Amino acid sequence: MGVLGEAWTWLTTGANWSGESGVAHRLGEHLYVSGVALALSCAIALPVALYLGHRGKGGALAVNLANVGRAIPVFAVLALFMVSPLRNAGYIPTIIALVLFAVPPLLTNAYVGMTEVDRSVAEAARGMGMSGGQLFLRVELPLAYPLIMTGLRSAAVQVVATATIAAMVGQGGLGRIITAGFNTYDTPQVVAGALLVAVLALLVEAVLVGVDRLLSPLRRRRPA
Amino acid sequence: MAAQNCLVTNDWICGEYLRSRSQELTDATVQHIWITVVSVAIGVAVAFPLALLARRSRRFAGPVLGLTTVLYTVPSLAMFSLLLPVFGLSAALVVTGLVLYSLTILVRNILAGLEAVPQEAKEAAHGMGYGPARLLWEVELPLALPALMAGIRIATVSTVALTTVGSIVGRGGLGNLIEDALPSFFKAQVLAASVLCVLLAVVADLLLLGLQRLLTPWTRIRATHGGAGAPGPVKAV
Repeated sequence: MGVLGEAWTWLTTGANWSGESGVAHRLGEHLYVSGVALALSCAIALPVALYLGHRGKGGALAVNLANVGRAIPVFAVLALFMVSPLRNAGYIPTIIALVLFAVPPLLTNAYVGMTEVDRSVAEAARGMGMSGGQLFLRVELPLAYPLIMTGLRSAAVQVVATATIAAMVGQGGLGRIITAGFNTYDTPQVVAGALLVAVLALLVEAVLVGVDRLLSPLRRRRPA
Repeated sequence: MAAQNCLVTNDWICGEYLRSRSQELTDATVQHIWITVVSVAIGVAVAFPLALLARRSRRFAGPVLGLTTVLYTVPSLAMFSLLLPVFGLSAALVVTGLVLYSLTILVRNILAGLEAVPQEAKEAAHGMGYGPARLLWEVELPLALPALMAGIRIATVSTVALTTVGSIVGRGGLGNLIEDALPSFFKAQVLAASVLCVLLAVVADLLLLGLQRLLTPWTRIRATHGGAGAPGPVKAV
């Protein structure tokens, strides 16, 4: 209990929030790196998954990719970047590592969502004279939407949580508060940093649940 | 002196490194393996009763699934540091963190496996006079085995990867080698440890797949008849 109290004191001390290594700056870095990584992952994974899902082919590839992805430690990937010339490229190593990490779950979920659309529904849409594009936009995409969003949510939370590891190779983000506390044997600071990241991950989850509800295509369709 | 040279020039691939530090590499790999094995074993031992509890009543299912999901969103670096005041700098700290992560995957998979057991099979066993314990061990568990093993495979592979983060407290197996090599930009060591880590995950996955095949011979018979034995898509976590 003592440590938690001290961690709270650390968090509520204004001086810890300002400056280069303060909470505000680290939070900015963390959100920037996670946001860019997630946007890039979506830009890469979703078109591929939706296209493969629409054609109904290539599924084994997507699922296997996701399983291989799990075996690759982000820490090792980051470390490899940091001993290569990429170490001078600012946030780029962290962003690449996080993209590699986030693409597999996004890809699998979107693909599975597309292929689980009832074939008879797709055939009925075809029978009503829908073109491939119309079928995709007006039938498959809305029906696959819940699973796509589930994938996006878990990817976002995992990216925010994993961006912490960047600190272990000296990159920015909230993890630096934890590692800095570690190096100075300042346990309250370590706990404070851990709490900050955990709360941020849960906040991101909550925001995405809200966005999900607002955007859900099935919810928007009011009874006529 | 060509062999010595690759250590001096700091090449990515260096035979001399592998030869001169083979003891160090073996020790790190052994540490990595036992941390992973102990974590997954404890994870299964804890997840199984939790899954049974969650299945028994809806009142337990919500909190059990909710709590394990929340635990999964806690970043690994944060998890290890949050446990620091409790365990100090020890392997128990890393193992506890890894167990907590594996619970999310294991509980969900065991539960899904048990719930997918056909009602007719259970009723038939009831009719033959099976009690609840015998029903669980002799009917439900074998039928849930594929889902359970799928869960153990995912948990093991991600635990192998996550163990590297344990290097923050000096108990990360191959992660320790990576962290040691970082300040001096020792490329051969970072690459060797990273490759070993991925290899370890792949080998563990294949071993578990083999074990699953051995334990569920009936799925193979079905597969040769209708080809229906293909595993479904693994749920992304």
